[in-house]
Amino acid sequence: MQAVFFYLFATIMIASAGVVIFARNPVHSVLFLILAFCNGAGLFLLAGAEFLAMILIVVYVGAVAVLFLFVVMMLDVDFAALKQGFIKYLPIGVAVGVVVLAELGLVAIGWSSAPSASEAVANPIIPQMSNTAALGQILYTKYVIFFQASALVLLTAMIGAIVLTLHHKPNIKRQKIEEQNARTRENVIEIKKVPFRTGV
Amino acid sequence: MVLILIGAWRGERGFGLVDEMAVGILGLALVTIALSSTPDTSVFDGAYIDDGFSRFMKALTLIGAIASILMSVDWLQRNGLEKFEYPVLIILSTLGMLLLISADNLIALYLGLELMSLALYVMAAFARDDGQSSEAGLKYFVLGALSSGMMLYGASLLYGFAGTVSFSGIAAAVSTSAPIGVIFGLVFVLAALAFKMSAAPFHMWTPDVYQGAPTPVTAFFASAAKMAAVAITLRLVFTAFPGVKDQWRQIVVFISIASMLLGSFAAIGQENIKRLMAYSSIGHMGFALIGLAAADEAGVRGVAIYLTIYLIMTLGTFAAILAMRVQGKYVENVADLAGLSRTNGWMAFFLAMLMFSLAGIPPLAGFFAKYYVLLAAVDAGLFGLAVIGVLASAVAAYYYLRVVKVMYFDEPAPAFDRAPMAVRAVLAVSTLALLGFWVYPTPVMDAAAAAAKSLF
Repeated sequence: MQAVFFYLFATIMIASAGVVIFARNPVHSVLFLILAFCNGAGLFLLAGAEFLAMILIVVYVGAVAVLFLFVVMMLDVDFAALKQGFIKYLPIGVAVGVVVLAELGLVAIGWSSAPSASEAVANPIIPQMSNTAALGQILYTKYVIFFQASALVLLTAMIGAIVLTLHHKPNIKRQKIEEQNARTRENVIEIKKVPFRTGV
Repeated sequence: MVLILIGAWRGERGFGLVDEMAVGILGLALVTIALSSTPDTSVFDGAYIDDGFSRFMKALTLIGAIASILMSVDWLQRNGLEKFEYPVLIILSTLGMLLLISADNLIALYLGLELMSLALYVMAAFARDDGQSSEAGLKYFVLGALSSGMMLYGASLLYGFAGTVSFSGIAAAVSTSAPIGVIFGLVFVLAALAFKMSAAPFHMWTPDVYQGAPTPVTAFFASAAKMAAVAITLRLVFTAFPGVKDQWRQIVVFISIASMLLGSFAAIGQENIKRLMAYSSIGHMGFALIGLAAADEAGVRGVAIYLTIYLIMTLGTFAAILAMRVQGKYVENVADLAGLSRTNGWMAFFLAMLMFSLAGIPPLAGFFAKYYVLLAAVDAGLFGLAVIGVLASAVAAYYYLRVVKVMYFDEPAPAFDRAPMAVRAVLAVSTLALLGFWVYPTPVMDAAAAAAKSLF
């Protein structure tokens, strides 16, 4: 049963990943990306990593992919211009790709882990604990400095985004509620007597 | 200690006089590090190590950061960029560097690197209304993201082989043999680190970014950021890969030769002094890596001395560049320096000393810096590398001396405005330090020797 689901998820995932690349319409690409994420979450569930599965759904499908969708829809990307140099750079791109692929293939074929590796890997899960709890326990004890450092990285990203995009424009008219409330009839309305047959 | 520092850093995001506070905090950290004499300790389950080597490199990094902030105040005000985010970003970036220097496993390495570079990307684009600065930020960001990717890929290969992220664990796993997967991982990680220290052939971003970024930011890039990158490279190869010395040595020798040659030849035609300094810094990284290629304690001592002197020279030169202001506008071409000896004799003298030192002419400190790394290389039997180093420095001397010639023998260009106090102080102090090293080198030598010892 597990094997059936594994192949189901895996097939759909690979197929939709292919569509992501080959789809002409970028919106379709993003939608298939979401499909791929969902199937990835299914694979995680099969492997017993329910926390990762949920995170994948919540963060990637819920936030990242939707952001992608927004960006794709809001930016008017000119694909003709993007494809201009395509033919020109195709040979060199293919050559580099083939070389890298061959090298990685060599690595994969010759792969062996150190004999000590299996002991060195931390024994991940205490049997009666769900892996959400186990992750939490290790994240806030052993890896707390990494947790803090990641927080600082995110803080830096936030500051950076604000610094680079926030413009203070000097002559914007803002609503000043207290001034509006403080207006009285005496200091805003002036009654003038206009003489007959002349302007103000 | 790092928690105290983090606490101080996070509580700091106020308004107003953040500049002074930032300098104060960095100064406090510097004093803490200089005075701490605790034995080597490792905290957070081996993620963070505090030893003589890390203290030495941290002190250099902090000096670079403090000087960068001090020099930048006036420049930022004149260019309408006096935002309080600037010192905050420097502090965050410096914190990343400190974490990087003290990293003792791959996760800490990556997080430190990201914290450092993320803040640097933003700072490169800090003058966002200036096209060149935005271009610099974007270029740095895209290429930096690529190098992060390489780093992560290499790290995953290493973890896959060793089953652990700690450097000592990796060292134990690769002590006897290294299959091709590990070599690949090592190459990827080294390539990413070479990118951060802008050594050839991963230097492509350097000239554009150095030229485009605001000048004080460039000073920070060229000083503090390089210290951290070289420090982590040293720690990585010596604590995680002592068993495969021959393999990484080849890579380091290649990077070193490529950087020295590129730094010497490509800088010859440069007219913009910031661009010239970019190529110069590439060349200097090549020299520092000679010490690494020697792969012994003398070599590391040589690198430590080299970095100290390089830091001083870089800060001094950028102080001089920040003083290049004609009628309220900053200029940055070599030709603008013409006849400086007649319009501003002291500045010409200081800058000439810095240039002589950068070129490595005795008896200035730059000569001793080169001497110790070359000596280590010769002792380790790397004669070819040492010869190329000497030849490259002879070629490089041409363009440093050209600056001196322009200053002393060309018809005067318009005189510079009076530079702010902090910039003049940095310029004078760094030049005097270079001269002082010749008279009394003992403190630096001892500290560097102690630092090198703690790494082995």
